[in-house]
Amino acid sequence: MSAKPQSQYCRDAQKGMGSPRLQASLHSLQNRFGKGAMTLWAEMDDQDMRRRVKQSRMKNLDHLDILLAELAKKVRARGGHVHFAENAQDAIDYTLEVARKNEVKRVVKGKSMLSMEIAIDSALQEAGMEVVETDLGEYIIQLADDKPSHIIAPCIHMDRSRIGELFTEKLGINYTDDPPSLTAAARKALREKLLSADMGLTGCNLACAATGHISLVSNEGNIRMATTMPPVHVALMGMERIVATLDEHRETVQLLTRGAALQKLSTYVSFVGGPSTSDDPDGPKEFHLVIIDNGRSKILADPEFREVLACIRCGACLNICPVYGRIGGHAYNSPYCGPIGAVITPLLDGINKHADLCKGETLCGACKDICPVQIDLPRMLAGLRQKLAYGSDRWNTKQHNPLEAYAFTLWRQVVSWSPLYRTGLKIARLCQRPFVGKNSMIKRMAGLASGWTDGRDLPPIAKKTFTEIWQKKHATAEVKLPMATKEDNNA
Amino acid sequence: MSEKTVSLFIQCLVDTMFPETGEAMITVFDRLGVAYDYPPGQTCCGQPAFNSGYSRDAAAAAKHFIDIFEDTEIIVCPSGSCVRMVRHHYPELFADDQAMHSRALAIGAKTFEFTQYLVDELGINDVGAHFPDTVTYHDSCHLSRSLGIADQPRTLLNNVRGLELIEMRDSDTCCGFGGTFSVNYPEISVAMVDEKIDNILATKASTVTGCDISCLMNILGRIKRRGEDVQVLHIAQILAADKGEKR
Repeated sequence: MSAKPQSQYCRDAQKGMGSPRLQASLHSLQNRFGKGAMTLWAEMDDQDMRRRVKQSRMKNLDHLDILLAELAKKVRARGGHVHFAENAQDAIDYTLEVARKNEVKRVVKGKSMLSMEIAIDSALQEAGMEVVETDLGEYIIQLADDKPSHIIAPCIHMDRSRIGELFTEKLGINYTDDPPSLTAAARKALREKLLSADMGLTGCNLACAATGHISLVSNEGNIRMATTMPPVHVALMGMERIVATLDEHRETVQLLTRGAALQKLSTYVSFVGGPSTSDDPDGPKEFHLVIIDNGRSKILADPEFREVLACIRCGACLNICPVYGRIGGHAYNSPYCGPIGAVITPLLDGINKHADLCKGETLCGACKDICPVQIDLPRMLAGLRQKLAYGSDRWNTKQHNPLEAYAFTLWRQVVSWSPLYRTGLKIARLCQRPFVGKNSMIKRMAGLASGWTDGRDLPPIAKKTFTEIWQKKHATAEVKLPMATKEDNNA
Repeated sequence: MSEKTVSLFIQCLVDTMFPETGEAMITVFDRLGVAYDYPPGQTCCGQPAFNSGYSRDAAAAAKHFIDIFEDTEIIVCPSGSCVRMVRHHYPELFADDQAMHSRALAIGAKTFEFTQYLVDELGINDVGAHFPDTVTYHDSCHLSRSLGIADQPRTLLNNVRGLELIEMRDSDTCCGFGGTFSVNYPEISVAMVDEKIDNILATKASTVTGCDISCLMNILGRIKRRGEDVQVLHIAQILAADKGEKR
């Protein structure tokens, strides 16, 4: 193909497309979960549920300050600690302080995208702590020193033989690629860590303001252990992850587990309300809820992008996106991949920095169709492209490609004045002649257009355009056409 | 039959590269006795600029379009994505300009995709076509997902004499065109259209059709490069065929 300089996104995308292992996994993932979710939505008895939950998500974003204050009050009343962290460093500093006070040596984690967003693992490790992922998929990723490539199925890019090799090397077991045996090996290793951990560190799927609890869904029971066995539990919560009432909570969780794994409910839903007490001895001695902003206020303040905060992180959009389905998750170079990643990553981490994520989709709309809360991601991708097109002070974004912007300024002149447009077409028709091949198609073009002809033929401009054919046919009959008068009107 | 005169909104790609699609639409209207005209001065609806983020430039194209089509009765276009642009995005482009916003809404309300106009507005399920061939149908994204047009083209195809419609796997999965996406990210785009073509070939149909020439151009371009023996036709061309000729 062409020798154009390629971005990291393109290189990683090609790496993904070149891996038969990944392609097979993505194919079966999308076939099962993507199609499954669409069928589920179509057949759900309560066809109004998705709209209702979306409405409650948006309403709760409108009243976020009140809800968060109520949540904090309730958690504190039960003896829990609440810390509002403005950014990643703030959240890390607070957690480190908690760890120091409790002389924590080993931290067991529940799966948390937010923990990756703020990169807390390395901070804990640098402070001398051992950090162990307890979700099987994340544990495999951690052992392999790799990065997750799916929000829900982090090691989708690895197959069982690779995992077998990894466990042989890291856990010292005899090689097997039998999933139950591999799971048993991980379970044994993880149980030791869970039983001896000093701190549990989890995310937060949802928090409920009315009850003052957070909830965590899992299918492996690891979250239950990580939140109750160690003496300290720190939960990292994105500040938008809140519902007002238990009724809203029930419906939102149902959509979350359906979107994520086609489950009416996950195997475990853990409700965490605070530290243990004398009459409720289960649970940690200390409970800390860290409510993290880290760029979310800015999104909240912009009506164009506020909707993305309604996301419940089920990952369903990854299971249908035709781009994700080809390139896999690593190309997104973010904890959040797929369509949701393509919108939230630039908003959290810089639109210019992640321009490829804004532009690297076809806007086909499948992600909007599958989203349990019907988030219009394509609309926001187009919105992000607008920031790149013209620059944006609000988003501290520079014009991404001045040459492209200039080309569209020219284009605007041409399409606004049809004589110029028609002349341009005639010139292009003359210029294309040497490039038209044997099958009457254009085989090779230069510059940006080579992006088309590197892999595809292009039909040439027709000998007579439709307009020219029409004009010839109706030249004599022009007076009979209503358009003759219309043209006068427009003149 | 409707008394209204249809104003042809000929997508720029149809005008310049696939004029036979526009002619086929005329053939169908002639057969059905639908009156039509072709408002002069048409260029591009602005979709390429809009999808690339250049909304202000797209608004200039939209203004031009609205000026040209304002006095028409009904606007019919052989492209779902262009209809979507006019209907859904023109009003957005003029959100801050009340007068233009109203004009955009009015234009959008009378703009229809070709098969949608035939089936939903004119109530025609059989256009009297004869096309003895095996055909598979690609659901273009903006057409099916945004405009909800999936049954109309199938109804029309199923009533074509001699035509056998064979559904392909994942007919509603994107073909990988995506406007400038196809030239900005050609490797991903080609990987996507390759899967589409594999699904087309698996049907063993000799023709693939659809309602959006941009997707069909993408599929055609890759089919030609791969040297596959499948004919690519816009649905208007199939509906225009009436002598049982294979094209």
